[in-house]
Amino acid sequence: MSLGVFGTRHTQALLGSFGRLSRNPLATALTLLVIGLALALPAALDLFVSNAQVATGGFGDAVDMSVYLKTGVPLAQARQLAADARERPGVARVTLIPADEGLKEFRRYSGFGAALDALPSNPLPDVLHVVPRASASSAADLESLRRYFTAWPEVDVVQLDTQWVLRFNAILAVLRRLALIAAVLLGAGVLAVVGNTIRLEILNRRAEIEVTKLVGGSNAFVRRPFLYTGLLYGIGGAVLAWVILEAALLILDPSVLTLAQLYGSRFALQGPSRQVLGALFGGGMGLGWAGAWISAHRHLRSIEPRA
Amino acid sequence: MIQFERVSKRYPNGREALTHVSFYLASGEMAFLTGRSGAGKSTVLKLIALLERPTRGTVTVNGKSTGSLKARHIPAFRRQIGVVFQDHKLLVDRPVFDNVALPLVVAGAPLKEVDKRVRAALDQVGLLGKERMLPAELSVGEQQRVGIARAVVSKPPLIIADEPTGNLDPDLALEVMRLFRRFSDVGVTVLVATHDQHLVGEFAKREIVLASGEIQDDGADSLPHVVATR
Repeated sequence: MSLGVFGTRHTQALLGSFGRLSRNPLATALTLLVIGLALALPAALDLFVSNAQVATGGFGDAVDMSVYLKTGVPLAQARQLAADARERPGVARVTLIPADEGLKEFRRYSGFGAALDALPSNPLPDVLHVVPRASASSAADLESLRRYFTAWPEVDVVQLDTQWVLRFNAILAVLRRLALIAAVLLGAGVLAVVGNTIRLEILNRRAEIEVTKLVGGSNAFVRRPFLYTGLLYGIGGAVLAWVILEAALLILDPSVLTLAQLYGSRFALQGPSRQVLGALFGGGMGLGWAGAWISAHRHLRSIEPRA
Repeated sequence: MIQFERVSKRYPNGREALTHVSFYLASGEMAFLTGRSGAGKSTVLKLIALLERPTRGTVTVNGKSTGSLKARHIPAFRRQIGVVFQDHKLLVDRPVFDNVALPLVVAGAPLKEVDKRVRAALDQVGLLGKERMLPAELSVGEQQRVGIARAVVSKPPLIIADEPTGNLDPDLALEVMRLFRRFSDVGVTVLVATHDQHLVGEFAKREIVLASGEIQDDGADSLPHVVATR
């Protein structure tokens, strides 16, 4: 078979499949919708995780810890401790927040002003706000710094303020895993949907397949249009999934912008990356083709011409 | 072109359709396969087109034994046989052109070639100009001729027909048979199964008579003898 004939055959099969799909717009649209949603869901989860990571990316650098001194430690001693802490290598900045200031701040932001007035004395301790150098903010460095402060007799509690960031990142990792599981499960769903759709089409075109085999059509020839149909379903589903994602982003964008502004952040939603789009289209096409192939392989074999 | 050697065919339901059938059809020969319905005519044609395989014995078509042919070689095998059916087996949702073009398309013929050959085949059966019509828009006789055009479009060396005139009135039937004779005249081997004795009598061709799955009259050796017995 020459290359030209090869190309002609494939073009014919592709155009034939396209024509058949466009002649049944409703059925095609429903199938595409199912595939599109199945592809969009894991992609949306992944997009959520990526955006959450970008949004909190700024916090990752802002590693700091709060060293709570025991109540009753005099302010002068607290100042001395702050000065000592500044001497330690790896420490960039130490700010002493005396109990009185802490109380003022708390009164201003918490809204518990009246309740605080009822207290006989200030329940808050003096706090050292310690910011380590960027070069010394690995998990191990932070841990050793924490132990250093904990060892002081005047220190009550050392709170690593980065802990929530670590936890948040762990949550994102869980979500990413979840997206992967969803992708696998929904991918299997796409495989089944395409396979079943192709199976129905094969049964509908039984007579045509019989005649084609009768005049010498090979299995490959008979199978080809169904494979292209599967491929087109995959591409169409991926396009639809992309549209769904972009629409969701468009709807979310204003409210996310407002939220970001309230946090003083200039964060804006990121669209799907090239990798995500590549996975969307690659996955869609691969699953469509594979679903059609499995179905065609199973069902075409059983259709043999009868005279 | 066709050789049956002690061929028996038993269907899965236990019915023995053919018993020890042997005959030989030379290249370029035309023959009728006659007998009552159920005599085994259709089974003989199915064995030739490899829609069935023989239970015993060997069927050789164009030098190839069908018994040992691998599944992947069946399509190429079928492409050298033009088959005409009583119910013509056209694709009802495709225009005449597409129906006739199918054997060329599956063989991967270039588009220009397809166009030319389809028109030539339709011209031969007198249907040129009806390419774009659907089979349902044609008369029964015309539909049958579309089926014949499809069988001959790829110029196969062998044409087999199963009751091609079964649904046609005598005039149309005669016309269709003349068509087959014309193909035979240009060197195509033709085997036509029919129960229409009257029609067979119109043509001085070999007649292979089947009865209850056995050959009753091979019709070979001497063509004049066959003619003389009528």
